[in-house]
Amino acid sequence: MRGVSLVHDSLAGFPFPFDADTYMYSTNVEPAEAPRVTEVGGWGGRVYDVDEHYESEIAQRAQILAADATRCQVLPHMRQAAWDVVEHATEHLARDFPGRFTLHREGDLRHWLNRPLNIERRFRVGDEDSLGSEPFEWITRQLQEDIELLDQRGDKLYLDAGILTFGADWSLDFDLGMEFLEIHGPVPRVHQLGVIPRAHRFLLSLQPGPAFRRTNWTMTVDRRLDTGVEVYPEWGPDRAALRYEEIGRRLHLRVEVQHFVRLPRSNAVMFPIHTYLAPLDAIAAVPVWSHRLRAVLASLPDDLVDYKGLTRYRDMAVTWLDQHDA
Amino acid sequence: MNATLQVEVTAIDQLTPTIRAIELTAIGEPLPAFSAGSHVTVHLPTDPAHRNAYSLACSPSDPGSYRLAVRHDVAGAGGSRWIHEQLAEGRVLRIERPCNFFAPIRTARHQLLIAGGIGITPFVSYAHQLSRDAASFELHYAVRAADELPFLDELLDLCGERLHVYVDPDGSALMKALRDTVLTGQPLGTHLSVCGPGAMMDAVTGAAAELGWPAARVHVERFSLPGGERTPFVAIDHLSHRRIAVTAEQTLLEALEDAGYEMPYLCRQGICGQCLTTVRAGAPDHRDVYLTPEERGSGTLIMPCVSRAAAAPLVLELPRCAA
Repeated sequence: MRGVSLVHDSLAGFPFPFDADTYMYSTNVEPAEAPRVTEVGGWGGRVYDVDEHYESEIAQRAQILAADATRCQVLPHMRQAAWDVVEHATEHLARDFPGRFTLHREGDLRHWLNRPLNIERRFRVGDEDSLGSEPFEWITRQLQEDIELLDQRGDKLYLDAGILTFGADWSLDFDLGMEFLEIHGPVPRVHQLGVIPRAHRFLLSLQPGPAFRRTNWTMTVDRRLDTGVEVYPEWGPDRAALRYEEIGRRLHLRVEVQHFVRLPRSNAVMFPIHTYLAPLDAIAAVPVWSHRLRAVLASLPDDLVDYKGLTRYRDMAVTWLDQHDA
Repeated sequence: MNATLQVEVTAIDQLTPTIRAIELTAIGEPLPAFSAGSHVTVHLPTDPAHRNAYSLACSPSDPGSYRLAVRHDVAGAGGSRWIHEQLAEGRVLRIERPCNFFAPIRTARHQLLIAGGIGITPFVSYAHQLSRDAASFELHYAVRAADELPFLDELLDLCGERLHVYVDPDGSALMKALRDTVLTGQPLGTHLSVCGPGAMMDAVTGAAAELGWPAARVHVERFSLPGGERTPFVAIDHLSHRRIAVTAEQTLLEALEDAGYEMPYLCRQGICGQCLTTVRAGAPDHRDVYLTPEERGSGTLIMPCVSRAAAAPLVLELPRCAA
């Protein structure tokens, strides 16, 4: 049983997203920082998660940014929001992972220690010169989360800053400056279901203080975090090339834990997205998950299958899960 | 439930014959940072209890303490009267975290701010933030009488020549200036923000619309909603059939809270939509700006923070009740 327990260890913090045998879009928003117990562990105690992939994902992010600077963009009016992210992230990391991060505060002076990355910095909040870097990129290079920032103008929200190195088939460079309802234009069904207008109203009324969260999901071939539009030629063909005997090892359930935070000084809405990947081999070792994922995939309407990019292998995955149903 | 903060009233300043500033200092946890245009809801230990929302009239960059300005509203429900007649330094109050439904537009090429009377309060935090950010703005501040000009020295320091004051008993001087030059001579990309009495805001936004201002460039802080008379009525919990009496001095939301219902809320001004409640029977008297005309017409929804009922009881779907 050694293999099984190893699988269980790596899944301990996996946010398995389904609590029913069918899936449909909903405004599945709940208060954040409330731990969820799963069959093999738990997740959800924190807004920012630092897991066993921290160093490797930080290194991947640095490589992606070196190859493509458009993956991190901050429009000029989002400067205050960028500093809000620095404050929010450093405070939360130091509080939630005190062994790894330390923050000393005195007035607007900060002394920041990131032990895993060996970063030590003293700076003054709001003063780029003292930090020596653009604040948003500086802090997000220390986070596993992609972070999007929405500026509110009247009753509209605009995607005016963000970092997207681990995105699920979309492009920050393409969406930058778009309004929330425009960004979600291509998603099937959500408009008829009223999900997007409700989410929009929710975000407009979100206030500083407690954060909220939701999960979203899709599937990815291999443990590949960067399935951005910019690198589609690198990963798109894998979807058609995937063979049945590779499913357990290569096909991954991809889950995003998304948070919603109203930033206090800028009034911007922050949207951190942490992406988790688990291969079907690992999912199959947890009978409740295996059974549920099979049921969800089998019953998923065709337009959602297409939108999520599962068309080429959905049936194969259902058959594979059937065969491996304990 | 909304988490509250404990604060101590550390200073009371009679700014004008009718306006008091109160300074609130944290007990324990430091006060949260906030953005310009934010307000806080203050829990007032009146009988019946009131929760009033007041703009934070201080600098957002220094949240060592908060400052509110409260006008003595003799005709009001009693909250401001309590602050003016009963509240003393040293008193501990509960407030909620700052909320913002009136934030500055950061992409504006220029910001035109127009305040009427006590409507100056959100623009005090604006003036601090915009001058610190070196943003382009001007502030027009109209009052009824020369002895009703709170924050004048502070605003002069922050704004200099960008401050324009009108002592204007009937509002005509402000409106003439707006129509002659202020609303007609702005660069493209200017955003207009107005806060003041309802009639004044209607006049300003009406003039802006006539002069061709796009609605998306005009922003109002609904300081007080179109009131109307407040008469007592009864709400009924459709599950338990419990009857909750709402006095003329209370809002429906306050009465439900008093009765032990854990109602969600944020703005308490009919704007944010948090306390949306389903109506099973009865005729709501809508006073919010949240519901769409179709939703109002359906008669099945109400915003209990501001809306009321006429004679017949309102039968409501309510959340869990602690009492």
